[in-house]
Amino acid sequence: MSTAVPPTIVPPSADPVRRRRARPGSTLWRYLVVRFFLIFPTVFILVTMVFFLMRITGDPLTVALGGKLPPDQLAERIHAAGYDRPITVQYLEFLGQVFTGNFGKSITDGQSISTLLISHGTATLELAFYALIVAFIVGIPLGMVAAYFRDRWPDAVLRVFAILAYATPVFFAGLLLKLVFSVWLKVLPVAGRASTRTEINLHSLHHSTGIYLIDAFQTGDPANVADVLSHAVLPGLALGLLTAGIFLRLVRTNVIGTLSRDYVDAARSRGVNEFRLVRKHALKPALIPIITVIGLQIAVLLGGAVLTETTFEWKGLGFELAYYLSKRDFVAVQGIVALLAVIVALTNFIVDIVAALIDPRVRY
Amino acid sequence: MVTSIPTVAPRGTTWWRKLPVVHQLRQSVGLQRGMLVTGLVITGFFIVVALFAAVIAPYGFNELRNAEGLFGSQQPPSAQHLLGTTAGGYDVLSRVIWGTQTAFEVIIVALLLSFFVGVFLGLVSGYIGGWLDRVLIVIADAVYAFPSLLLAIVAAIVISGGQSSLWGGVFAAAISITAVFIPQYFRVIRAETIRIKAEPYVESAKVIGASNGRIMFRHVLRNATRTLPLIVTLNSSEAILTLAGLGFLGFGIEPTSAAEWGYDLNKSVSDVTSGIWWTSVFPGLAIVLVVLGVTLVGESLNDLADPRLRTRRKADVAPSTTAESSVVPDGSLDEVAHIDELET
Repeated sequence: MSTAVPPTIVPPSADPVRRRRARPGSTLWRYLVVRFFLIFPTVFILVTMVFFLMRITGDPLTVALGGKLPPDQLAERIHAAGYDRPITVQYLEFLGQVFTGNFGKSITDGQSISTLLISHGTATLELAFYALIVAFIVGIPLGMVAAYFRDRWPDAVLRVFAILAYATPVFFAGLLLKLVFSVWLKVLPVAGRASTRTEINLHSLHHSTGIYLIDAFQTGDPANVADVLSHAVLPGLALGLLTAGIFLRLVRTNVIGTLSRDYVDAARSRGVNEFRLVRKHALKPALIPIITVIGLQIAVLLGGAVLTETTFEWKGLGFELAYYLSKRDFVAVQGIVALLAVIVALTNFIVDIVAALIDPRVRY
Repeated sequence: MVTSIPTVAPRGTTWWRKLPVVHQLRQSVGLQRGMLVTGLVITGFFIVVALFAAVIAPYGFNELRNAEGLFGSQQPPSAQHLLGTTAGGYDVLSRVIWGTQTAFEVIIVALLLSFFVGVFLGLVSGYIGGWLDRVLIVIADAVYAFPSLLLAIVAAIVISGGQSSLWGGVFAAAISITAVFIPQYFRVIRAETIRIKAEPYVESAKVIGASNGRIMFRHVLRNATRTLPLIVTLNSSEAILTLAGLGFLGFGIEPTSAAEWGYDLNKSVSDVTSGIWWTSVFPGLAIVLVVLGVTLVGESLNDLADPRLRTRRKADVAPSTTAESSVVPDGSLDEVAHIDELET
């Protein structure tokens, strides 16, 4: 076939042009596809690791109920739940569960884990969203300020702030905020996602999303919105400040790098004012490395969410995780961790795609 | 410079000047030196506290009573209990001091373990390459992307089955944290190994018939460890935070076997709601200060290692302005002296 087409038919001048036009699009698509399929090994490895690590300690029933039930009853329940089958069979079954999203029931209280993941996942999502807003609002402008005043006192103060934000465990930051604003000043609620009255209002909605802020707007009652927001302030701040410190440092380092570039000097010599110089000329190119690092921050944020939720009794995945951990209910733990692994893999994928769209140099 | 020093001294001075932290301390100036010194002072203070915990602490970490009877629970700070007592009836000050010891024990064990395992895997993976390398890097990446606290929790479950008395709390906690760090050492050492593998001296070693083991551990490893002091300092602060996080979630060390800040904070959550502040503030501050100290050291080392971030002496602080004002930068003499110091 190919020999039938003589190469002289294509004019030599048109060839390079066409190739140049065709290439960027096709490599981007190839990158997207390859990157998409890389999600699966990541999730697969994490889920496999979690499964086998959890089983090293024995079957979940013995761990959860050992000593609480007589041995013959325990053996019966192990048999009924299928934990006496070969480990490979159980593993395949677990993979099937991950794939279909149906994780069975928890051991200690018999709740459906999938329902639990959905109802509590939205709470964690909401918290992560608040925290990210705080982190962006605080971290990025302060990072620019620190970079601009490099090695002078504002930089010193801001860097110490960034290190303090990192050095303070989220739960300690949460406890301090609680102590000051809820206990001493009594201006904000101590814990929870909403007061009982508001929760009843929200749950009576027909199309409840599980994201309290959206639900509160749906009720149309400003009191509900205010209540939900006032509950969100402290957890959002505690978790957000941790991330803000990381953002500040990232922005600072990268803006310092771009501020010394020739085009910044050129813009300055054209009379561009200093504020615009930092905001437009230095920050924009510095944002590309920042976006890629945010992907890793999502993992930090989720780890922090576990601790923040426990501090504020915010009924999300982290709160449930801590609860089931204390009950030694490893079936539930396994489900929550598997879901978090999927979330991490997905966010990393999205971040990589965004980075590839912004910066044409990011390709395999 | 060298000639003016008596015959005995030179070896001594050159020896300590080359030590990782000392070298950077001499290299640093201004704000960076301030940060490094502050970090070293704070870290040094806590190391001393950890070493002499038995002497400094007024009571044992698991003491509930003295000659006059029980301490009582949730007592506010007083002359007998400078920082008050916890809900469980322990002396807060003593537990904070003993907690320092636990923290440093865990850091040391965790870092040593992850260091050896991570460096070994990185070296083998980078040097041998092939499918082993591919598999290891995919696993390391997956593990690295995962929230470190969750990983530590899973590891803690594996090691102690969730019961903290099984292995000895310190070891269990340290190994859990190790799981988080191995991928980091692995990546760094692997990247360096791949770079060094292509160096002419490795090829020469192959030509003269050195064994793979010898090349790996003698020629490659020695040259691949440049960046490690930096990662070690940055990791030790992360180790403290992970330990505290584990403790806060109830995977810490039981109060009868050792004092642990995260555990104490966990027990103080309900105290905070009723306005009792001393049980949470002091262990929390201890965590913040230790992490602050270690991070300041790590950050400064990091900046000093990165030429883009290193503050130069006078001459280079603002290159554009000095270039305008004079042909010979006024800091040039300093710069020469600086180079001189580095060479001796």
